[in-house]
Amino acid sequence: MRKSDWVGRVLFVCATFSALVVFLITFYLLREGLGVLNWGFLTGMIWNPEADLYGTLPTLVSTLIVVAGAVVIAVAIGIPCAIFLAEFAPFWLRNIVKSTVEAITGIPSVVIGLFGVMVIVPFIRDNIGGRNGESILAGWIVLALMIIPNIITISEDAIRAVPTAYREASLALGATKWDTIRKAVLPSAISGIMASLVLGVGRAIGETMAVLMVIGNPNIPFVPTSVVDQVRTFTSTIAIEFGYVQWGSTHQQALYAMGVVLFIIVMALNFVATFVIRRRLIHEE
Amino acid sequence: MNAVAKERYVKALLYAAAGLSVIILPVIVVWVATMGTGALSWEFLTEAPYRLVQGGIYPQIIGSIYLVGLSTAIGAPLGLASAIYLSEYAPNNAITKTVRFFTETLAGVPSIVIGLFGLQFFVYELHLKTSLLAGALSLSIMMLPWTIHASEEALRVVPKEYREASYALGASKWQTIVRVVVPAALPGIITGIILGMGKAIGETAVVWLTAGSGSEAFVPASLQAPTGSLSMYIYLVATQAKAGISHGYGAALVLISMFLTMSVTALLLRNHFLKKLNGR
Repeated sequence: MRKSDWVGRVLFVCATFSALVVFLITFYLLREGLGVLNWGFLTGMIWNPEADLYGTLPTLVSTLIVVAGAVVIAVAIGIPCAIFLAEFAPFWLRNIVKSTVEAITGIPSVVIGLFGVMVIVPFIRDNIGGRNGESILAGWIVLALMIIPNIITISEDAIRAVPTAYREASLALGATKWDTIRKAVLPSAISGIMASLVLGVGRAIGETMAVLMVIGNPNIPFVPTSVVDQVRTFTSTIAIEFGYVQWGSTHQQALYAMGVVLFIIVMALNFVATFVIRRRLIHEE
Repeated sequence: MNAVAKERYVKALLYAAAGLSVIILPVIVVWVATMGTGALSWEFLTEAPYRLVQGGIYPQIIGSIYLVGLSTAIGAPLGLASAIYLSEYAPNNAITKTVRFFTETLAGVPSIVIGLFGLQFFVYELHLKTSLLAGALSLSIMMLPWTIHASEEALRVVPKEYREASYALGASKWQTIVRVVVPAALPGIITGIILGMGKAIGETAVVWLTAGSGSEAFVPASLQAPTGSLSMYIYLVATQAKAGISHGYGAALVLISMFLTMSVTALLLRNHFLKKLNGR
């Protein structure tokens, strides 16, 4: 066997490591959690490990509320910013803004969590209400901070990818710049923008530390009724309760089952974003 | 509202949105810097924590450095090898597409899930116990997709003329890769590695479940010993010891500074190699 064959094979093995890891993760997660994963797990209203009750519906609803609110905020700020970067900003300003925004992803989530705990939470407590400020609202703000860079970068790419011909044609017909953006550019970029949204949702669902530090984590999770309610998310439940599970107990299996649900949801979202939305974009052309 | 006024109104809104997005980073960084400088002192950086918020954070600093260092030592070569395969050797078939798919999938796995996996596989199955090694292995999983992605991009951008010239001179494929392609791609590869390191140093969920409680008062004595880390420490102080929060700020400042130092070093290395590539 020549050396280059040998080298090629070794490198192939290295490349398959990622696949191997994903398989292993799926395997171990399912092995530990599948036993507890049933319809009652997903729809049960009571999460009480001491009474051997593992209903995750309140936590599921809370997670969805926290994620949805964060995405709304991130989109409200991020998409206009992306439009600004792609259509209005001069070259130098675009660089500055892009670098600054992308650098946000470099801030460790604990530090954002720290900011949330020491600045946002007291602010909410003193000005809006709630028991101690730890709330859905705090979770919204903190998560939005974290996913804004994702929304901006991908949306901006999508908007810039729209051919100049579209803009020129629209302007030639007498439309103003904003009309052009609204009616010619954005609809073409919508697939990419949707992809950024879906990826943002995926990132938000998987975020653990920053959210965990500001949303309150009450002992008994309940379906929230106000933005200043304390809640839990899937990620925060797993992180916190793993500290005091008994190894091998049903409680531990329930936490793994939560991990499985998380994993599946995030994988599905990534799949949708990468294949469905982007494929549609390619087919449309 | 006529068209011109509407246009100006919209433009103002867009500027406002961009402004909001831009101030996030400076606000947080300046906030950490202002709150944290007060805690910095020689003792803070060189002593062990006593009751979490007395003393210093020396073991946490060393723990973070060890964790990032070890996970990079594991993850960077693996990532680079994978990237070389994907870019230089992989035929355009279903197997390659599957490998790529899984690499991208791995990038999307939530950190807590990787923590769970690390706990089950490294800590338990492989009997590594909650340790520096388990933590580093789990962290290397986290950084793998980023290293692979950035390295592959960097390798792909190397003009094929470089490779062809090398072959024309009689070099083998492997020689070409090692002496021509990889050096040419080095700036991008370094960026990818630094990106991965940045993720690793700030990662808390994974470390929480696999590497140690965070309040350790000692530097890990071996690969099998549990290790503290700056990120865990910040979390603990922020949630359980708010009275001593100044230490938390200090730790956050150290963490961000370490990350900045890594990024700046990376930039300098990048420019150094870029200059070398373009002939001094």
